[in-house]
Amino acid sequence: MSAARQRIAVIGASAAGLAAAEGLRRLGWDGVITLVGDEPHPPYDRPPLSKQVLSGAWPPERTTLRDPGRLAALGLDLRLGTRAVAYDPALRHVTLDDGERTVLECAGVVAATGVRARTLPGTEGVEGVHVLRTLRDALALRRRLAEPGRRLAVVGSGVLGAEVAAAARGLGHRVALVGAQDTPMERVLGREVGALLAEVHRAHGVTLYPGRTVTAIAADGGRARGVELADGTFVEADDVLVAIGSEPAVDWLRGPAAPDLSDGLGCDRYCAAAPGLYGAGDVARWYHPGLGRHIRIEHRMNAGEQGLAAARNLLAELDGERFGERRPFEPVPYFWSDQYDLKLHAYGVLAGAVRTEVLRLGEDPLRLAALYGGPDRVTGVLGIGLTPRQARSLRPLAAGPGTWEEAVARLGETVAA
Amino acid sequence: MNITVDEAKCCGAGQCVLVAPDVFDQRDEDGIVVLLDATPEAGLHAAVRDAATICPAAAIQVHE
Repeated sequence: MSAARQRIAVIGASAAGLAAAEGLRRLGWDGVITLVGDEPHPPYDRPPLSKQVLSGAWPPERTTLRDPGRLAALGLDLRLGTRAVAYDPALRHVTLDDGERTVLECAGVVAATGVRARTLPGTEGVEGVHVLRTLRDALALRRRLAEPGRRLAVVGSGVLGAEVAAAARGLGHRVALVGAQDTPMERVLGREVGALLAEVHRAHGVTLYPGRTVTAIAADGGRARGVELADGTFVEADDVLVAIGSEPAVDWLRGPAAPDLSDGLGCDRYCAAAPGLYGAGDVARWYHPGLGRHIRIEHRMNAGEQGLAAARNLLAELDGERFGERRPFEPVPYFWSDQYDLKLHAYGVLAGAVRTEVLRLGEDPLRLAALYGGPDRVTGVLGIGLTPRQARSLRPLAAGPGTWEEAVARLGETVAA
Repeated sequence: MNITVDEAKCCGAGQCVLVAPDVFDQRDEDGIVVLLDATPEAGLHAAVRDAATICPAAAIQVHE
């Protein structure tokens, strides 16, 4: 093996990329690990951006994932503020945009480039129109929300939109939440639980515009002044957050011999997209053997788990004798969301459920456990307002082999235990 | 190995308890991580490192 073949490049320096780099080192890779990140910051955590950073509870430094000493101890060839612009799958060459178009010759590559926030066309350069994906985005919105008495329109009522609406209300701003869905987070939570969440937002003073599409963001002199809806409504706003989803950052992988790049980097059960190329985190759409289909998960938890799994399997491919056999990546997905004093925990896959079973626990409508899936089996479980032990006890229901009816029967005793 | 946890960062996911139940637990009231053993025996180190890597709030620090 030539010296150049002793390099593994991890492209993307957020949670998944860091987990992969850390995993490679920990599992015994003593060659070069090049970690490439397009942002100037060392690896940081994104979930606090829409919560603690936006509210001002945390200084931005607090999101740093590893302190400088621990990062240095990994002995990385760390290239920040650098983007990968091309990949040659046959030669395993990664090209960087570092001014000299440096080509990295690699033994293997982990693609962990995440997603980019989707924007509304025609709003580029309009002051007061925000997206929230990076630390820079969060600080820009934070600066605006640091002034009192703002009017914020949030376009998109998914997880991010709902969290930002809650954080902005917590700061005392006037908040409008506009969503194509009928209830907040409906695509994930379904309509019944989404309706409860809608009530929570209303009770906290958010004005909801459910089931509406945005036709334009109105601006005066290059500065946003509101949002026009398809039904003719005009929502006045000083700032507009566009939270309408994201697109996998796969442009650098395009080319004649590119792997499948429809909805992220298509990977097999081992998170492999091609020999020597593994995907991890938001960008990876891999075959989940337990679910029997491809899935792409934009959860913080998955980033860490899949980064580690991709690292392990890449090493196993490169040197099976030393690193053992590859293992299918078959996690029970987990996500959480904080809104006001509500904590939502979910295991498995909730989106796309054809049946739900909601078990209310007592008087408080916001203490519940719910099953998602059907018609035959459970694919996901949700807990709101549960004790941690109760929430954790739900996990086997999402991972279990039992039928829908068995899971429904067990739901009550599970949370009562 | 010496483990520290940042309670203020912990999001109560409980994934560490699933990965290394001999080392981590959760407080009943709010789900915040409870460190059962700050200096676990060698046989538990791999699980602890996994827990630290996958912790969705980066609340677990492992010092070796």
